[in-house]
Amino acid sequence: MTNIKAFQIDTADNVATMLDEIDTGCSALLTGNICTDIDNTISAINKIPIGHKIALKDITAGESIIKYGVVIGTATKDIAKGSWVHLHNIKSVYDERSSHLDVNTGAPKDTKYE
Amino acid sequence: MNNTINSIKWNGYLRKDGKLGIRNRILVIYTVKCAEFVAREITVKAANKDVELIGFDGCTDNQYAVNLLISMIRHPNVGAVIAVGLGCEYVQPEKLADIAASEDKPAYWLFIQNEGGTIPAINKGLDFVNDALEQLKDTPRKEMGFSDLVIGAECGGSDYTSGLAGNLVVGRFFDWLVDNGGTPIFEEIVEAIGLDKHLISRAIDEKARQEIQYTYDKALDYCKSVRQYSVSPGNFAGGLSTIEEKSMGALIKSGSRPIQGVIKVSCSPPHSGLWLLDSTPDPYWMQFGITNPNDNEGLMDLASTGAHIVILVTGRGNVVGSAIAPCIKITGNHHTYEKMNADMDFDASPMLTGESSQESVMLDLAKEIQEVAKGNPTKSEALGHKEFFIPYKYQDKTKICNG
Repeated sequence: MTNIKAFQIDTADNVATMLDEIDTGCSALLTGNICTDIDNTISAINKIPIGHKIALKDITAGESIIKYGVVIGTATKDIAKGSWVHLHNIKSVYDERSSHLDVNTGAPKDTKYE
Repeated sequence: MNNTINSIKWNGYLRKDGKLGIRNRILVIYTVKCAEFVAREITVKAANKDVELIGFDGCTDNQYAVNLLISMIRHPNVGAVIAVGLGCEYVQPEKLADIAASEDKPAYWLFIQNEGGTIPAINKGLDFVNDALEQLKDTPRKEMGFSDLVIGAECGGSDYTSGLAGNLVVGRFFDWLVDNGGTPIFEEIVEAIGLDKHLISRAIDEKARQEIQYTYDKALDYCKSVRQYSVSPGNFAGGLSTIEEKSMGALIKSGSRPIQGVIKVSCSPPHSGLWLLDSTPDPYWMQFGITNPNDNEGLMDLASTGAHIVILVTGRGNVVGSAIAPCIKITGNHHTYEKMNADMDFDASPMLTGESSQESVMLDLAKEIQEVAKGNPTKSEALGHKEFFIPYKYQDKTKICNG
């Protein structure tokens, strides 16, 4: 039984938030408001930091990312179930700048320091 | 359990306008930066937790800032006021004292130049404060409960737990407060980007719908014009990927009840129920200015609506308090709660791990709020945090003001 947890906010969500860091190949127990018809564990296919999102199903490029039961962005490439979901594979519908930020630190790459 | 908490009553301070306060503060207000030291010394030498400092730094006045000072003078938690000016600034301490007097609050004002400088001005101010402290012992008391409370909430120093636990427990509490006849207020419309349909669907009527649309459109214009949304590198590093995601995490603190309408800074909600506070500047020749410079500015805006208590949800942890309205700090991050225990009032993390239900954590929060309303100090009050921040800003009261 895994001690690693992921939190799903709304039954309509296709992502959950990691409450612990997870390594590639490890499983997390889903808590929160999960669909009763799905398995309550999810296996990670990437290493995912605490507080970041994991895909609960296969998501195709252009599809909406759902969290809190609402659209929080759009997939920019195909995302396999268990993947880390962040700036490298989703983007805001509004904020253009954020999809160009560094995926690990969030630091801007479009400001010159010279 | 629900029934026992919502029926609890305690004694408030009765004001002339019929409103009830949960504190009986004496405000020492400076009307320009040049008068700050004297005003601050009066509060330090008074050495009483009920004597608090606020003020406006600019010499040139600003209607928004003056309105904010007046809203603090009229605040139900305030019992007496002294306004301290230098003697050549635009903001008029005499007029501020007149407003306090018209509310039957002991009031006084002085110009440091007229008194002959620092020492005589401090002594004159202290004489008034000591006299007012005696007078306030006779402030009439009256029973009050949750239906009399106005409570504001905002978040700052957010992390991934804020949108999962901290803001969620506030949202649940706000629903409970509405159901018990109270008045919750939420703000941070710049953190509702992408959620206009969701917000508008909660409007109680057509008027509220138009007010929310106007406020949302203005915030979106603001973000577009400055090419900056209210989301930072630290938010992204912490796992938030888009402004919409951060927005939804912020918006859940408004709960799920209908939105009665929009109020502007320094306006009181006209009746009970859930209200949206618009603190974004209106478009003007001075340009927008900065919308939310820091957490204390937001807390001050909430207090200006007459909020008795302000809630700050902070996953990463903040230490600030607030003048006039006691500040309750909530974290959804258990690690933060443990590490900054002397600063954090409430730990919402048990609902994340499944240790406690959302309902029971929410009722614990209601109990904590009732204790504070009864007079128990919050962590920031106990430590003496009484931050305030009043900036220059432009807001047109004629564009949506219910107060």
